[in-house]
Amino acid sequence: MTNHTMNGSQIVLKALVDEGVDTIFGYPGGAVLPIYDELFKQNSIRHILVRQEGGAVHAAEGYARSTGKVGVVLVTSGPGATNAVTGLTDALMDSIPIVCLTGQVPTHLIGNDAFQEADTTGITRPCTKHNYLIKRVEDCARVVHEAFYVARTGRPGPVVVDLPKDILMATGPANGPASGPMQGGHKSYRPRIKGDIEEIKKAVAMIRAAKRPIFYCGGGIINSGPAASQLLTEFVRMTGYPITLTLMGLGAYPASDPQSLGMLGMHGTLEANYAMHDCDVMINLGARFDDRVTGRLAAFSPGSKKIHVDIDPSSINKNIVVDCAIVGDVGHVLEDMIKVWKADQTAPDKAALADWWRQIDEWRARDCLSYKADDKIIKPQYALQRLYELTKDRDTYITTEVGQHQMWAAQFYRFEKPNHWMTSGGLGTMGYGLPAAVGVQIAHPDALVIDIAGEASVLMNIQEMSTIAQYKLPVKVFILNNEYMGMVRQWQELMHGGRYSESYMESLPDFVKLAESFGAVGLRAEKPDQVDDIIKEMIASDRAVIADIRIDKKENCFPMIPSGAAHNEMLLGPDDKADTPVSEEGMVLV
Amino acid sequence: MEQAIERHTISALVENEPGVLARVIGLFAGRGYNIESLTVSEVDARHHLSRITVVTSGTPMIIEQIKAQLDRLIPVHTVSDLTAEGPHIERELALIKVAESGEKRVESLRIADIFRARVVDSTTASFVFEMTGATDKLNAFIKLMEPLGLVDVCRTGVVAISRGPKAQNGAVRTA
Repeated sequence: MTNHTMNGSQIVLKALVDEGVDTIFGYPGGAVLPIYDELFKQNSIRHILVRQEGGAVHAAEGYARSTGKVGVVLVTSGPGATNAVTGLTDALMDSIPIVCLTGQVPTHLIGNDAFQEADTTGITRPCTKHNYLIKRVEDCARVVHEAFYVARTGRPGPVVVDLPKDILMATGPANGPASGPMQGGHKSYRPRIKGDIEEIKKAVAMIRAAKRPIFYCGGGIINSGPAASQLLTEFVRMTGYPITLTLMGLGAYPASDPQSLGMLGMHGTLEANYAMHDCDVMINLGARFDDRVTGRLAAFSPGSKKIHVDIDPSSINKNIVVDCAIVGDVGHVLEDMIKVWKADQTAPDKAALADWWRQIDEWRARDCLSYKADDKIIKPQYALQRLYELTKDRDTYITTEVGQHQMWAAQFYRFEKPNHWMTSGGLGTMGYGLPAAVGVQIAHPDALVIDIAGEASVLMNIQEMSTIAQYKLPVKVFILNNEYMGMVRQWQELMHGGRYSESYMESLPDFVKLAESFGAVGLRAEKPDQVDDIIKEMIASDRAVIADIRIDKKENCFPMIPSGAAHNEMLLGPDDKADTPVSEEGMVLV
Repeated sequence: MEQAIERHTISALVENEPGVLARVIGLFAGRGYNIESLTVSEVDARHHLSRITVVTSGTPMIIEQIKAQLDRLIPVHTVSDLTAEGPHIERELALIKVAESGEKRVESLRIADIFRARVVDSTTASFVFEMTGATDKLNAFIKLMEPLGLVDVCRTGVVAISRGPKAQNGAVRTA
């Protein structure tokens, strides 16, 4: 076979195909016309045209989180790349594998303030795991393969590859030396996969000797792959210990299992937060001691010994000093932990464990997620409970926007398997859910995909309704409409004397007419007795649907750990005023 | 529990590719870590390796974070903490311009002699001294020059290397 030449665009596309890419989300522009020309001529890769580049990145995130594959984005130079920055930062915070190809002005014009030029590598340096600027066509294949390797190995993350237009049009060798996916052998980047067996043995000994243990698991389990969730379930059941999950970890362990305490953290359950505070051994698998979980650091689980398994060494001892640290892929570490656990037949302290469960059941009995039902106004919790009941038997994927509705969704929608829950955790990007739902639906055309949204958030990327119309995606947008930026209003009520500065959503569109203008079905519910029928109509339809659910405008999300408080000092309901008003220190925290 | 602030000299071996220094500086700036001094230069042309030497300060927990965050950067090969790893040598170079006449001019020359600084430029109205040594020695000399007509100072920042025969982790390969 002769070593014939291809142009840069063809080399890049071939590298994508070799990486197993069949879908990219993008938006054309001058700098990327050469690659769009080649896309037009081929059939292996399907291009999904979004309506704003941020939507492309969020769609790729939804695609990646629901499949475990790398999400791929193609945007043009200048404003195309800068529009992608929010999505890239979101992927970095939540460790989502993304490769984002950005166009760039020709190499001889870089630094000249050319038309649609931006210092993409400079701008995206702090918000990506890594980035590249290709200066020679010979580097195209090698760099694209390296980008995929960096994106999906170790702690996953977004990688940008900046492609100058002249490189995309230049000709280069078709079969260069590095023309296949990388399996390893990077000069300087060597992520650690297997944990240190001595540390694992030490950890398992601590776990076995525990009297009040708790598993605290997060997004790392999801990123490791479905096998990690299975191993986690096996291990937790073997020990009989309680488990709590972070927002990013929901689905890693079956929510309906009696050993599950629900989500922990700022809006987590009372039993989860109290158990974390009172435990004597805390087993962190794939979570990062985020500030939404720890609350005031000095008061975080002061009496416990902590084990931390994380693939990123810089996560260890960053916020909380731990007693036993294991760097490695949590799936591999779980495998070793199970072997070590089985090798020793000594049973854990059954009496102590029974006492611990008794205490936990007392906390559970306080029913912290209860709310005052109403037969005249729709309560958001009720709407989500009904949504869960009517969709749980189908292959349902949930995305959310950011705010109160997101927290209620995490509390009331239950996940039995991983990769069915897509939400913006670390960055908290409003406008994430609708484009993410696009990505999920593209990856799973026959599934039920629902974006649980607030009316404020959904307007941020509403233009993606046009994408949904173009590809006839039957995405369901379930808007909990309280005419406020709910979470902002809640904080203003609790901490800023009820001064609702700029949190009221004036001039909202008629969402039913909005849906119809995009060729979708528009539904509205205003009374509790309408909720079931609207949900059933929504999920029975084979078209895109926007359901405008008018909920109680003043409902607040509880439990809540106010900022600056310890993780066992929580407000449980509207009548629960904090004993001490939020401190000066607490006020400055987000 | 309050931890004391410590001064550490950290040496990172990195790929010599465009943007690596920007990455390291961006890391320190973005996370609010202190840079007391920073030097960088190619140390192995064949393998495209550069060494970045940073003097930073922070609590022990922060210092561990800095090393972990540096190591996490894709083009970084290895990170060593010379302060933690044992005896090492630190040097920096300074060019110091002094412009005075009469007794003060003579005195500056005498002090330069004591400190073993070399005169690399002399005019009837000025001297430029070149001095190499540990940071404290340079600081002391510059302080002594202040009342003797100090005009300009230019310093390189610290380079450092471990004592003894062992190469630092992943040091320059000679073969």
